[in-house]
Amino acid sequence: MIAEKLIFAISLTAIAMVFLIFLFVGREALPIFAGNISSAANQESQPIPVAEMDRLSPEQLRSYLNLTQTEFKEMDRETLQALMEVRVDAAKEDSTDRDALVNTVAWRYLIRPYQWTDYDKPVYVWQPVSKIHKYNIIPLVVGSLKTTLVALLFAVPVSLGAAIYVSQLARPTVKEWIKPAVEMLSAVPSVVLGAFAAIVLASALQSLFGLQYRLNAGLAGLALGISSIPIIFSIAEDALTSVPRSFTQGALALGASRWSAAWQIVVPAAIPGLFAAVVLGFGRCIGETMVVLIASGNAAALSASLLEPTRTITATIAAELGETVVGGHHYRMLFVLGTLLFVVTFLTNVVGDVVMHRLKNRLEGRS
Amino acid sequence: MTRRFAKTRTDVAALFFTGLTGFSTLLILALLAVILTYLAWLGGGQISWRFIFGGTDADMFDTEKAGVFPMLIGTAARVFLMTLFVIPVGVITALYLTEYANPTSLLTRVIRSAVNNLAGVPSIVFGLFGVGFFISFIGGSLDSLTASPEPRWGKPALLWASLTLAVMTLPVVIVATEEALKSIAPGLREASLALGATRLETVLRIVLPNALPGILTGGILAVSRAAGEVAPILFTGAAYYLKDTPHSLTDQFMDLAYHVYVLSTQSPNVEQTRPILFGTVVVLLCLTFLLNLVAVLIRARIRRRLRSAH
Repeated sequence: MIAEKLIFAISLTAIAMVFLIFLFVGREALPIFAGNISSAANQESQPIPVAEMDRLSPEQLRSYLNLTQTEFKEMDRETLQALMEVRVDAAKEDSTDRDALVNTVAWRYLIRPYQWTDYDKPVYVWQPVSKIHKYNIIPLVVGSLKTTLVALLFAVPVSLGAAIYVSQLARPTVKEWIKPAVEMLSAVPSVVLGAFAAIVLASALQSLFGLQYRLNAGLAGLALGISSIPIIFSIAEDALTSVPRSFTQGALALGASRWSAAWQIVVPAAIPGLFAAVVLGFGRCIGETMVVLIASGNAAALSASLLEPTRTITATIAAELGETVVGGHHYRMLFVLGTLLFVVTFLTNVVGDVVMHRLKNRLEGRS
Repeated sequence: MTRRFAKTRTDVAALFFTGLTGFSTLLILALLAVILTYLAWLGGGQISWRFIFGGTDADMFDTEKAGVFPMLIGTAARVFLMTLFVIPVGVITALYLTEYANPTSLLTRVIRSAVNNLAGVPSIVFGLFGVGFFISFIGGSLDSLTASPEPRWGKPALLWASLTLAVMTLPVVIVATEEALKSIAPGLREASLALGATRLETVLRIVLPNALPGILTGGILAVSRAAGEVAPILFTGAAYYLKDTPHSLTDQFMDLAYHVYVLSTQSPNVEQTRPILFGTVVVLLCLTFLLNLVAVLIRARIRRRLRSAH
């Protein structure tokens, strides 16, 4: 009995993990959601004078200067003194600077445009490592949607077409070759696809179309499309094969050709499954990291053009987390992005899951 | 149903429809072929005995001397360690779902849904989870418990990277094991129970040994998936350059897939290091394809048995 209780307890791990992921990614982001953190450049009302350096404990000094443990250890006394002087000077300057008083991680600065002093109109800017930490997430969201749109425009027709062909029209021998091939494509690591896109595909497209930028949103989207073909294909194929054979046989007996049986009977019956395939493909594209990190050009500028470099949510986390101070506002902002990603993919997964479950129940006559 | 299957439209439309879907299929095959041949052509020249088993003491950007051995060791270490965590948990979950759970109960449905969900969480979010949970929370707590003056556990390490990957590949192992468990003829279980064995004895002595090939498949697929992942290990353990291979669970490691990322974005001279990049890509691809091939072969055997069992 104890063993069986143990088996039951361990089988709850998957649930626990989904819960823990949300909890611990969200936990690091919580101060921003709750508004308990300020990223205003001028937030020390009183910078500590250099002369008082020795009154601080090393740990206090480290956090005052916003250094990581290793950075702090590598610095000698003079460097630390110089850094403190910079702080004092910066505070003098900042007190006259309107931007420096802005808490850039407040909600309205995250999602709405703001006119910074040097700009002539309100703008959306993601620029975390400048004197004023600008954290507007709109350029990143647009970057993610842009690449995902290109990816789906390419991958959805191809994958659905192939799924219909393989499940309905192909001879069994052909089928035995194509399914392992698609599995092989899914076994290609995304970092490899990214490298292939950034080096081989980028040069080919650039010389073909005379593009201004080698790495751009369109290229990243195309590579992303290739990486999402296997998932869209296999879910669509699963949905199409779960349509009972009697549907096809009935149509054929009534004089339909193979394709009209497929197009007029099987595809309409499997439509929810094809929809689920697209939804899950969307989730996969939004969450894919390495392909876009390598092939998108990584410029976090807001633009609608597909031929300019772009920056996605995932690539931003991957590129910037290594350089942040643990617990700082930049670090927490990246966890906010992670929470956003988790919520979006969680929703797409639930929708895809429910749709597929209902479809199968209905087709098996269990509903 | 009043559908009409008009004969006159059929010929043109059928040709068009079959052609279009067939073309999509061909396009996927062609894409795969082009990518693989191109990569093999670009990187094949770099492959040599020295490239695979050397490189422990050479400049990693030097085309003549660079090797991937330290990265191979790092990748092997992290995926091996991962299997130690993910296989027991995955297999036990699959056992519960097929042998014990009531298939229509809400709890079973929630567990399955959680497994599907886990499979769809973006890999970079697993990376963040590794930082937030394993490194900050568990590592940080261990450090404060042992009162160590400098972080020993609360920093990127082999152990944390492996655990993060174990969470990520859990669905792979569960799904593969479940498939194997379902392929075991129900008569086998009934015979065992009829002879007086308890449920647990049946599971341990009859079901589990018969499911071994499936468990193996799950493990191999998980290893193959994990070996190619970079995003989850970016901040939980992989290192750009280290003099030594990892010696303990708290060491960082160099890694094959991470090295592909380094070479394609942070190389001091992209043109010059390109052969090393594609050489590394070829080694990584050979590794994942070989693993997948073995898994596919074992799974084909299981599916044949599944068909004869029902």
